Amino acid sequence: MRAHSLRRTLLTCVATVTVTVLALSLKPHHVAPAAAPVTQPPPSSSTGGGTSPGTGTRTVTGSTVQTRYGPVQVQVTLDGSKITSARALQQPDGDSRSREINASAIPVLVQETVKAQSAQVDAVSGATYTSEGYMTSLQSALDQAHA
Amino acid sequence: MPEPGGSPGLRRVVRTMGTVFSCTVRDTPSPGLHRALDEAEALLHRADEVFSPYRPDSAVSLERAGAPVPKAWRAEADEVRALCEAAGYDTGGRFDAWYAGPYDPSGLVKGWAVERAARLLHEAGAAHVCLNGGGDIQLYGGPWRVGIAHPLRPDSYAAVVESAQGPLALATSGPAERGCHIIDPDTQAPPGNALASLTVLASGLTRADVLATAAYAVGAAGVRAWLEQQPGVAALAVEEDGRAWTARGIAAPDFTMPRMLRRVG
Repeated sequence: MRAHSLRRTLLTCVATVTVTVLALSLKPHHVAPAAAPVTQPPPSSSTGGGTSPGTGTRTVTGSTVQTRYGPVQVQVTLDGSKITSARALQQPDGDSRSREINASAIPVLVQETVKAQSAQVDAVSGATYTSEGYMTSLQSALDQAHA
Repeated sequence: MPEPGGSPGLRRVVRTMGTVFSCTVRDTPSPGLHRALDEAEALLHRADEVFSPYRPDSAVSLERAGAPVPKAWRAEADEVRALCEAAGYDTGGRFDAWYAGPYDPSGLVKGWAVERAARLLHEAGAAHVCLNGGGDIQLYGGPWRVGIAHPLRPDSYAAVVESAQGPLALATSGPAERGCHIIDPDTQAPPGNALASLTVLASGLTRADVLATAAYAVGAAGVRAWLEQQPGVAALAVEEDGRAWTARGIAAPDFTMPRMLRRVG
């Protein structure tokens, strides 16, 4: 049934490989993505929640998390309890391999948090190690903000 | 990506098993879905409780010590043990939960738990589920777009997989993030002529994860032919020189291929 035509579609796509550059907001050695409008959590919840522990815009820096390849530190900007941007202040750069890996992994995770306009994927396969440091630092920033 | 019909969906991040599980349900929130999300989270924590070799009171640690497994855990413990045995058989011994001596199902449990948690959400009425367990992903519904991290290039994905109906699972193995941690049981050494990364797609994450691990242990030379003998899988490999290739296994009735598998860069 449908599976058959989908397989054909897959084969066709693989056969006619096209080069597509995915617009990530980070380049190697530039650790700050542009702040972007938040769509997650949904905009409508920002007025209806009523549980925001803070008011106004503020920036909170997470603790530095040591990973096997070096430190990871995340900074988030909040408007009330809503994350308006997140960026990596530090990421492992002890060797070129780490730089390469994290330059690709962290921006994508930032996109997961911020859901910037340029985010084109919902998830990334193959980025375990960096995720842990990133999430730990992000969580500590949110804990500080009581968000 | 906007939610279908403007629905805000649900998200949850769960930290357990030494990594992060990120769960996205793109359906209109309801009390039932919130409950299911709680249950999915509990399932992940429980998998760690029962199967962590680092917890002295886990079922795995008890089994290793020759102690009986508590009755409440027995069904899951038996299921995972059977899956480990089947995985060893299916992979010609490439996957071996007894490789290091004592029983260690760690290589299978994460994928199994993610697959189960995602299925729980799906069966509770969530049509669109994306559960990412430390980079290994189980999808239902969609459309979802999953980037496969390029192991060698900083600013690109090796591929983007788009899946509109699922179930579809993706598991990536390779030395990029943690160094080479996979040992070929035949040679007792990391596989020679290794791939930079290998991503296996299958309908369920238990199997995708096992095959990604086992195929990686086959080594670059024979892996493509080996993957092509596996029913119901697709794979993307990136070689050490950056060249990438895809492979398709034998057609299987339970496996709906993703709508698109696009190489990038």
